[in-house]
Amino acid sequence: MAADLANILADLKEQEALKIVKDRLGAGEDALKILNDARKGMEVVGKRFAESQYFIPDLVYSGEILKAISELVRPKLTKTAGTKKLGKVVFGTVAGDIHDIGKDIVVFMLDVNGFEVHDLGVDVPAQKFVDKIKESGAPVVGLSGFLSLAFDSMKQTIEAIQSAGLRDKVKVMIGGGQITEEVRKYTGADAFGKDAMAGVSLAKKWIGAG
Amino acid sequence: MEKQWAEMTSDEKQEALFGRWLSPKDHEGNDLKFQSPQAAKAYKERITRLKDAMQMKTPDRVPVIPLPSFFPAFYSGFTPQEVMYDYAKCAQAWKKFVVDFAPDAQMGCAAPGSGKFFETLDYKLYSWPGHGVAPEHSYQANEGEYMTADEYDALIDDPSNFFSNSYLPRVFGKLEGFRMLPMLPGILEIYGVAFNFIPFGLPPVQETYKALFDAGAEALKWAGTVGGFDGEMASLGYPAFMAGFTKVPFDVIGDTLRGTRGVMLDMYRCPDKLIEAMERLTPLMIKLGVGMAQMNGKPLVFMPLHKGADGFLSDEQFKKFYWPCFRKVMLGLIAEGCIPFPVAEGGYNSRLDVITDLPKGKTVWMFDTTDMARAKKTIGKVACIMGNMPTDLLALGTPQQVQDRAKNLIDSCAAGGGYMMSNGAFFDHAKPENIKAMVDFTKQYGVYK
Repeated sequence: MAADLANILADLKEQEALKIVKDRLGAGEDALKILNDARKGMEVVGKRFAESQYFIPDLVYSGEILKAISELVRPKLTKTAGTKKLGKVVFGTVAGDIHDIGKDIVVFMLDVNGFEVHDLGVDVPAQKFVDKIKESGAPVVGLSGFLSLAFDSMKQTIEAIQSAGLRDKVKVMIGGGQITEEVRKYTGADAFGKDAMAGVSLAKKWIGAG
Repeated sequence: MEKQWAEMTSDEKQEALFGRWLSPKDHEGNDLKFQSPQAAKAYKERITRLKDAMQMKTPDRVPVIPLPSFFPAFYSGFTPQEVMYDYAKCAQAWKKFVVDFAPDAQMGCAAPGSGKFFETLDYKLYSWPGHGVAPEHSYQANEGEYMTADEYDALIDDPSNFFSNSYLPRVFGKLEGFRMLPMLPGILEIYGVAFNFIPFGLPPVQETYKALFDAGAEALKWAGTVGGFDGEMASLGYPAFMAGFTKVPFDVIGDTLRGTRGVMLDMYRCPDKLIEAMERLTPLMIKLGVGMAQMNGKPLVFMPLHKGADGFLSDEQFKKFYWPCFRKVMLGLIAEGCIPFPVAEGGYNSRLDVITDLPKGKTVWMFDTTDMARAKKTIGKVACIMGNMPTDLLALGTPQQVQDRAKNLIDSCAAGGGYMMSNGAFFDHAKPENIKAMVDFTKQYGVYK
């Protein structure tokens, strides 16, 4: 039974997954246990994405199914999940750029791979990154950007992190449609990721969980 | 004349459109006066070069066409905000770009659009300089569900009514009154006719029409400046590249109706409705492109490709949802003599074998990050290909790096014709010396011997 929900969610069978959740809740099963199974299913989704069996629509759909499951389970939840996280990552699309698809995919993949992600959203001013790094103590920062204007915004964000005296406390990765090694050098980032999995590998390497 | 066109084959129609492109008219319909005999000669040489490359013959040399986004504004020292609000500055900047770099074709100066016009109608689909983005940044789309998942039937039943009464009021704040417009097929016999016109007496609808008149006046003002641009450039010897645009039905729904998230969920939750809606939109998208090609007297119809790129869909999803109606739109355009010009943003490596199923010499493909050597061996066997000069190189690299990349592109793609040099993605930022390196090097190294 327990394995079913994880597999059925991983196979993106929305109706079946929701039915199992309702049945299990109806049978008085521990809500946290159901949620843990769902999380296992999401890990499989992340793994399939990493292996190019799944693509962006599959991630979007699995996220939607998980949301529906959480809504069913949440009212029954007595204690919060105490899953241990690998480490913290501050993430956002840089100032001037409002594109979110790429950012959301990397945040999703970091999340299902066990990171605690502080997603600051899009068009994020440099100072907001600095404030969040200070507040969270996250050792990894991810800057996303789709437009060429993001080259300068990324550079300015990294300069702001430097001025705040935080540069040696964090590793910075950048990514987005037009981001290359050339752009990495220009911005002063530690690394760039070609896709979401590259971002996960970098975070694991930097946090020492790889 | 009408009958003659109907009797032509698609090849003859394509030749007829090339013929009209070769002999441009002024706005009164007379033969365009070139500013010098040299300009007239250069114009004809450029069209011939473009036509040979597009039809997969070997031209005198590789055509080179830098296709900018807001770069001409920055190059002239203007912000995007300035060129969106001061139309003369827009035309001036785009002219300087064309004259300074002397490309084989130019893409007009209509892309920035009119900021005042967008303001007049309270356009919500995009944020533009001063309205949601900084004056020095380009406009950006606001993703959203401008159509809900349960509205597929409304779109399928009557697309025009869905656009006027549901979609337009959502993307233009000032078109709120359109929600109250009557259903036109209800205006039939004398009985009850006047009922249908009651909405036009109501304040919200009257407000909407007032806004429309203002918007129309602004659009005319804008068109008065940017509309003459192509003619002026032609008189200087520079052909306008594109006749108009249309879109892939999947992108029509996935970009601005359902949004990326919406269309992706619909593939799982209501695949049949999604396919039915795309089939319904297909003839409309053909009509859109053919109409502009006819009006502007050129064959090339721009098709920006978004949601079919590598990673955005699985191979099966691409073949099931994206490609069939995309191909139908292209075949519909080709039948009327047009040359579809799909611009594949991102990577298209996993799609190359699928898209090669097209008639030869009838399409032009621009690629962004796709492997061009592989493109040449696949789609390049049936279509002219271009693009791939990377954005990061143009913005941050050196002229030598750009030149090396251009050489590499020509070496792997130019053999036998069917190739044009250009950037991969429409660019805002670049070093002018890098654009110059791309153009000048191609003119010298790209000569066919």
